[in-house]
Amino acid sequence: MEQTPVTTGVVQFESVGLRYGTGPEVLQDISFALAPGSFHFLTGASGAGKSSLLRLIYLAQRPSRGRRLLFGRDIATVQRRDMPAMRRRIGVVFQDFRLLDHLSAVDNVALPLRVAGVRESEIQKHVPELLSWVGLADHLQATPPSLSGGQQQRVAIARAVIGRPDLLIADEPTGNVDDQIGMRLMYLFEELNRMGTTVVIATHNAGLVARFSYARLHIERGRLKRVAMEAA
Amino acid sequence: MKLFASRSDLPLDRDASSRYLPWLVALMVFLAAVAVASMFVLHGLIERWDRDVVGTLTVQVAPIVGEGGAIGTRERLDAVTRLLRDTPGVAAVRALEQSELVALVEPWLGSSDMVADLPLPRLIDVRLDPNADIDLAQLSKRLATVAPGVSLDDHRTWLSRLVNLSRTIEWLAAGIVALIGSVTALTVVYAVRTGMAVHDEVIQVLHLTGAHEDYVARQFADHAFALGMRGGFIGISLAVPTLVMVSWMARQIEGGFLPALSLSLTGWMAVTLLPAAAGLLAMVTARITVHRAIARMW
Repeated sequence: MEQTPVTTGVVQFESVGLRYGTGPEVLQDISFALAPGSFHFLTGASGAGKSSLLRLIYLAQRPSRGRRLLFGRDIATVQRRDMPAMRRRIGVVFQDFRLLDHLSAVDNVALPLRVAGVRESEIQKHVPELLSWVGLADHLQATPPSLSGGQQQRVAIARAVIGRPDLLIADEPTGNVDDQIGMRLMYLFEELNRMGTTVVIATHNAGLVARFSYARLHIERGRLKRVAMEAA
Repeated sequence: MKLFASRSDLPLDRDASSRYLPWLVALMVFLAAVAVASMFVLHGLIERWDRDVVGTLTVQVAPIVGEGGAIGTRERLDAVTRLLRDTPGVAAVRALEQSELVALVEPWLGSSDMVADLPLPRLIDVRLDPNADIDLAQLSKRLATVAPGVSLDDHRTWLSRLVNLSRTIEWLAAGIVALIGSVTALTVVYAVRTGMAVHDEVIQVLHLTGAHEDYVARQFADHAFALGMRGGFIGISLAVPTLVMVSWMARQIEGGFLPALSLSLTGWMAVTLLPAAAGLLAMVTARITVHRAIARMW
């Protein structure tokens, strides 16, 4: 019996491959589906293809082959004018943060809301609140160059979650912070997850993966292996 | 302290284009102002010439040189004047006095007594009834019968040449304005493309955050508009005194050599609108450039 592809997952990849230019495939036959409200770690060695896979998920990259579905829609059939609305449903914490250096912490965090046309009164209410929650109440007006790596990372996380995205993708979100802040950020992701956000966190931190009992997507030399839940 | 400062997502104010673009636009607006002013002055001149000349004729009675020449010339002048007054369709006839003739040639020959003694041709200014349809060839023949050596000039020949020349210059000025506009637009395109390359990372972040093309395009467009307006005001503040000075200098030259080079109210309005035009041109160009570039990138 022929299987009907599931199109209700938040993210669904079917035989996706990726190559840069004429080079070898860095991702091969990637197939998986993330159920709404799920929480996943993405693990793998450096150069295994984690960041490439994340780029495909957050729509920064087109695959060389295969089919991608996001929020039940085949990306290949989505009109260009509809893509921004789709991207607004995704929050991304970049490994290199990608904060705008000329903007203050509050303005960086406010960016997704402004892009989405949220009222300024709403922005002024929620942004300082979230920055306080991530421990940056005293740095609202600081620009990224004047913040430490860990503080920048928290601003980047706040920017990713401020719009309450349906899908949160974080690339090494706890890499530059101490354990206490790292745990606090993980609780923030869990809180978001409890409210319905699907979370994918790429990490090298084996301790973090072991500590939280969530499903693991493991990538090895461009091929994806789904690993069962780790023991808490 | 205001928590959320007034800001742009793209730090365009720090770009090199923010420094050079206003001065380039200023130069373009200055040149455009001179070209636009020339267009309006020429247009006004053509209209004035046309208005002054339509419905008028000049009859020239050649002087008789020698003894009794003045009397002979006067008799012929009277005969021609009588014939013209009796001609249906002629509204007014006025023979110019000797002093007026001397005044006419004064810019070229000076005002010495010798000029007054010269055998100048006598001129008769004829005003025609605007509704009359006079056969000028027939009138010319009749004048020749009463006074040989009389010529009739309806100004059409020299006027049409002058008008053609003026119109050509007018079109040339319009072409120069269009060229200035094109160069300004190309400069803005270059500045915007450079800005997009410099701020590629910020644009990528905006893109991944879900910004529409127009969200980015608007920021470039608003910035270009501000720079265009700034440059426009610099240009116009240099152009207006220049135009006023040229007009004043033209008025100082003795009458007859140059027509009045005054700019009409419409002309002044067109000139003063140039900064806004420069701003709008920069804004629209920036917006189109960003949209096109993003369509290729995203």
